[in-house]
Amino acid sequence: MAEIFAGIGTSHVPAVGAAMDAGKDRDPIWAPYFDKIEGARNWMAEAKPDVCIIVYNDHASAFSLELIPTFVIGTAPSFVPADEGFGRRQVPDVEGYPELAWHMAESLILDEFDMTIANQMDVDHGLTVPLSVMYGQPTTWPCRVIPICVNVVQYPPPTGNRCFNLGRAIHRAVQSFHSDERVAIFGTGGLSHQLQGERAGLINAEYDNAFLDRIVTEPEAQAKVTHTEYMREAGSEGIEMVMWLVMRGAMNPVVKEVFRATHIPTSNTSNGLLILENSAER
Amino acid sequence: MSKPQSPTPESDSAEPSYRDIPGTYVFDGARCQRGYVLNMFCMSLTQESNRDAFRSNPSDYLDQWDLTPDQRESIEKRQWLRMLELGGNVYYTFKLAAFDGMTFRHLAAGMTGVTIEEFAEMMTTGGRPIEGNRSRAAQRAPEGNESPSHG
Repeated sequence: MAEIFAGIGTSHVPAVGAAMDAGKDRDPIWAPYFDKIEGARNWMAEAKPDVCIIVYNDHASAFSLELIPTFVIGTAPSFVPADEGFGRRQVPDVEGYPELAWHMAESLILDEFDMTIANQMDVDHGLTVPLSVMYGQPTTWPCRVIPICVNVVQYPPPTGNRCFNLGRAIHRAVQSFHSDERVAIFGTGGLSHQLQGERAGLINAEYDNAFLDRIVTEPEAQAKVTHTEYMREAGSEGIEMVMWLVMRGAMNPVVKEVFRATHIPTSNTSNGLLILENSAER
Repeated sequence: MSKPQSPTPESDSAEPSYRDIPGTYVFDGARCQRGYVLNMFCMSLTQESNRDAFRSNPSDYLDQWDLTPDQRESIEKRQWLRMLELGGNVYYTFKLAAFDGMTFRHLAAGMTGVTIEEFAEMMTTGGRPIEGNRSRAAQRAPEGNESPSHG
């Protein structure tokens, strides 16, 4: 059986990818952030997951207001970086894993999570920046990727509890796959940020730190947090944090925190990076 | 135009608690209905051929979209906050800002009424604080130590 052995929570700030793409990651404004995440990249180089399931949201790139699916699973053999208005990011195409993705789609839908299936889908910074954060700038991404795209742009996104339970169903789906591959799951987005309105620029470091603590040790309590609380305390775009609960739900109840970094700001966002490994019991 | 007018969120009788968050335009169903055409106009600018058409003749290009007069004016005058009030969503309005060569910080400065340097300074010193920015009701209260930032 395949096994989810690690969970990674990370912000997916477009400027982080842009800084790397432009070779500015050693500039004084960026070096402190990239110094902080070096330990995570070292961990990734050791851990070498065969597959990464990346839970992220599309930012009006692959989807518009024409069609707003709540949960999407990407079943394509490959995914191309989206043109977000500045041309496509110059990063490798993302190799999919149709066999596992279809297995997951079938398992999840029969488990009563009504996934939308995407046989073709461009992937925007929500997915490619987390790969850049963890892997740097390889010529090909060293893992296969299964995109799980969550609507958090149109209110209401799925509840934190729903996201947490989807994670549990993903755990069951992966565990029933006939390979012995090692899988990492990413929950991306957040932490506190607001990109709109008179309150744009909101940062709430105290709330972010409490969120990181609770994701590790009290995920079921965190899953009960309302959308209004996220938007009020972490900013309207901070509601992306519900996607970390998908990752956490796919992990064992007891996990070991092996890495944590925070940095304020990257662009207009409070940046978080967290790595969890499964403890023995579930 | 005889299309049904969707109510503005502010006029709904049942007020979800997220409307108490100051300076924040939660993109709910009412806003999606109201801003659908405006947002899809912005989305169209992700295609090079549409960008070229809009650049060469803005008025003709806007004629193709069933915008309200207010929405059209907000686009023509680049009134970024007004676009949100008229149903715009920031991920979509950013596509118009990107068309103009702006970054997200430019857009944020435009929405908050400060210069980009002032906005950058706020971010590098820890961002906009949560204290005083949680609740409209609290801002209206006499003991509130912050004047309302959204009318």
